[in-house]
Amino acid sequence: MERVILHVDANSYYASVECLYNPDIRNKPVAVGGDVEARHGIILTKNQIAKKYGIKTGEAIWQAKQKCPGLICVPPDFGLYIRFSKRMRRMFEEYSDRVENFGLDEAWIDLTNRGITITDGERLAHEIRERIKGELGITVSVGVSYNKIFAKLGSDMKKPDAVTVIRKDDYREKTSGLPVEDLLYVGPATRRKLQDINVLTIGALAQADTDTISYKLGKNGLILQAFANGLDQSPVMHIDTRMAIKSVGNSTTLPYDIETLDDAKCVYYLLAESVAARLRENGFRSRCISISTRTTKLITGGCQRSLQHNTNLTDEIAETAMELFTERFARHLPYRSVGISCSMLTPDTEPVQLDLLGDELSRLQRERMERSIDSLRHRYGHQILQRGIVLTHQRFADINPKEDHNIHPVPFFAG
Amino acid sequence: MTAKRENQYKQYVSVRADHLPDGTVLPRIFKFTDARGDPVRCRIDAVLDIREAPSLKAGGQGIRYTCRIGDKRVYLFHDDLYWFIEL
Repeated sequence: MERVILHVDANSYYASVECLYNPDIRNKPVAVGGDVEARHGIILTKNQIAKKYGIKTGEAIWQAKQKCPGLICVPPDFGLYIRFSKRMRRMFEEYSDRVENFGLDEAWIDLTNRGITITDGERLAHEIRERIKGELGITVSVGVSYNKIFAKLGSDMKKPDAVTVIRKDDYREKTSGLPVEDLLYVGPATRRKLQDINVLTIGALAQADTDTISYKLGKNGLILQAFANGLDQSPVMHIDTRMAIKSVGNSTTLPYDIETLDDAKCVYYLLAESVAARLRENGFRSRCISISTRTTKLITGGCQRSLQHNTNLTDEIAETAMELFTERFARHLPYRSVGISCSMLTPDTEPVQLDLLGDELSRLQRERMERSIDSLRHRYGHQILQRGIVLTHQRFADINPKEDHNIHPVPFFAG
Repeated sequence: MTAKRENQYKQYVSVRADHLPDGTVLPRIFKFTDARGDPVRCRIDAVLDIREAPSLKAGGQGIRYTCRIGDKRVYLFHDDLYWFIEL
């Protein structure tokens, strides 16, 4: 039975939501960008008008303003974008129980059902498009096809506010001329490798010699070739699917550089607090602590250490992070940004073996205390309690890594 | 959760509403400030329509209540936590 899959892609998502909320900027070039003062000043997205000035996602705001002096740069309001994204998701779930988000602004919907044709899929795609416009006030492009890859290619083809159908009998004419990097999972590195063997379009990849592709790109190359031939079989995940968590981490770029060991201690404590709270929230303890650093010249570094026991305590995570930092990175201060990540996770429902020294008992007590803090913060807000160390570093006091900006990139081959 | 977005095209208002057992929220009265700065109390005679809709005029989105007040029709929006009318 041939599948009928939709890919819905909100056009210039953040910019569209901002333009909806502010009638005065709708006819102007608009970009949504990070906070310049807090040093997150890059373009996250731009509207159709700004696109004409050549403004690119990812470039610095000052660069964008050079291309377009009249550019209106709006700071992001992630709470609003998450709300709209959840609202769209609720709508998609009316049509199927196989809905898979790909970031806030994209989702696949598998409409496959006995009797449904791709023409029915096209009609439902238009219905969804009109409903989003009518109920939410933003536009989407929808791709309709028999697999996820072509559905996504379809939604990229006509923008804004459009539906594109790619069928088994017309996919070659619609996709073969497209540049190979349009295919999902072909990034700059893969594109260069394919360029080496003169494969520049999706059609060329589809027709290329399988042995050459396998030699040049390995197993992944064969998967990409299958994509190019419309042979992608990957399912659209069921709405109840939860991704297995493999690590919990937090990193942050601060408004000021970390200049001293003391600064580093303060920031690592704040990050450790957030990571520990999230470990507890998700029911895990971790056995491996990693830290990452980024210099003022944007060079990254990192290292990790495994512990003798499992932990979800702020102090233990922060102390390990500081040990690693002091040993490996302190000599190259200052740093622009740092991070902590905890992996080798086990469920916290596993019983803990008590020891004669009483260390484990003390840990369990500290865990109880930290959980009380979690619950106070949940009721009264994050700032109800503050670590002592923050009082001596007021400029870092406003950071709330746990609640600020928690949008994660989502992998394609999940679960 | 989301911040208020004030502008010249809308006014945030206070609303008194009935919350019915089936989950429907029926606004009954709302108070706004008129052009002279005086408070005005409006009794809603009937709610003619309830649906999710954007306010392109005022900039916003939420549950839109089409209210009949006397012989006038007014849109009252419930956007996340806040209620507003289009000016």
